[in-house]
Amino acid sequence: MRRVVITGAGTINALGQSVAATMEAMREGKCGIGPLEFRDVERLSIQIGGLVKGFEAEGLFNRQQMTLYDRFTQFTLCAADEAVKQSGLEFTGELSARSGVVLGTAGGGVSTWDDNYRSVYEDGKNRVHPFVVPKLMNNAACSHVSMQHNLKGPSFTVSTACASSNHAMSQAFTMIRTGMAEVMVTGGSESMLCFGGVKAWEGLRVMSKDACRPFSANRNGMVQGEGASVFVFEEMEHAKARGADILCEVAGFAMSSDAADIVMPSKQGAARAISGALTDAKIDRSEVGYINAHGTGTVANDKTECAAVADVFGPHADALMISSTKSMHGHLIGGTGAVELLACIMALRDGVIAPTIGYEEADPECALDVVPNVARETNVDVVLSNAFAFGGLNAVLALRKI
Amino acid sequence: MSIRDKIFEIIAEQAMLDVSDVSGDSTLESLGIDSLGLVESIFAIEEEFDVTIPFNANEPEKSDFDISSVDTIVSGIEALVAAKL
Repeated sequence: MRRVVITGAGTINALGQSVAATMEAMREGKCGIGPLEFRDVERLSIQIGGLVKGFEAEGLFNRQQMTLYDRFTQFTLCAADEAVKQSGLEFTGELSARSGVVLGTAGGGVSTWDDNYRSVYEDGKNRVHPFVVPKLMNNAACSHVSMQHNLKGPSFTVSTACASSNHAMSQAFTMIRTGMAEVMVTGGSESMLCFGGVKAWEGLRVMSKDACRPFSANRNGMVQGEGASVFVFEEMEHAKARGADILCEVAGFAMSSDAADIVMPSKQGAARAISGALTDAKIDRSEVGYINAHGTGTVANDKTECAAVADVFGPHADALMISSTKSMHGHLIGGTGAVELLACIMALRDGVIAPTIGYEEADPECALDVVPNVARETNVDVVLSNAFAFGGLNAVLALRKI
Repeated sequence: MSIRDKIFEIIAEQAMLDVSDVSGDSTLESLGIDSLGLVESIFAIEEEFDVTIPFNANEPEKSDFDISSVDTIVSGIEALVAAKL
């Protein structure tokens, strides 16, 4: 079977507007979560989030593009540019036909829905801009990346709530591995931090009003973030032949469905995805040095995830490290797995394990090495990235040092 | 500003041209306005004059609104505005 490597990465999120800035912030355990700033925020009971600040789309895109690009598309295009630039690839001819885009998002153009509902319901207008549909559709970002970089192969958008990015990257990986594609641009994005987006989440009563503290006994919920991360996945021999700088190998993945509850996580479903990824990648569990946790900071997720890890790894669960970077950049929902993959790459390439910040009190139900508050320097060869979505849809990726 | 001047301004902005480059007998196509640009122009004109233009992008030629040149658009809008009064 063909092997797949990562040769480019790009991002924009609350921690930084590039991979270098984001990794630097992760290394320093910085918190990107702060007060939300947008219209009607005073009517929300949840007023914090991982907002992308100081992002001026007006300078980056022309007027026509601005009418077509929702914020989630803007984020995606910026991240994709950075990733493709790093890869050094130019997509023309046969390579263009054999390269595609698979991206994850849960909500797509949420603020476009929000702005236009406001305009027709609250302001009583009877007409909306003609591009509302092409702007808000979940595949808008994917299509614009495809157009911008001349990617003419298999391209689509995956929407599996909080696992969207991991499912998307799994599909991109499979396509290269099985020979359907040579290069895939993949990852995900989300931008739900607007009045309607946060109001909907408030309803579930799973959001924290003060901080995201994964695995900490006093954790009280998730905090939402926004942004995007995009990667260039490439067939290994193709990358080697052109002397590309290889960031790491994508070694395998697995997906599972809990088939149980629409919001409560299941230990068995998570464990099946984790052990499935090890099997697929032909990795012995003792090789795994680090897991980037789903780690949302909700009571239910964190204890279920720790129990699943303990089940799969047995005694080795106490030797490995597991951290949740959502404590820093917030939960990017459909884009979260993509941003979290950066922590995996940093672990493999730089030997730096991103911490779980905001950790205050040990929880006997999360009794693993969660790398509390301070990053750790150590060598790891194999890492996993977990994503467990609402609806019980799980996707776990396995990565290996090259 | 007259209806005619305002429409010239909207179409020029959409075509990213100077108003002086737009003439009455210009077709939208000749000004480089594609199908997306056309629906955007119609939207902008509707917003400006608070009218509803009977235009169906599926079958532009069968619509009750003549978009074959800037002049026909202007007279169509003048008729719609007059009907409102």
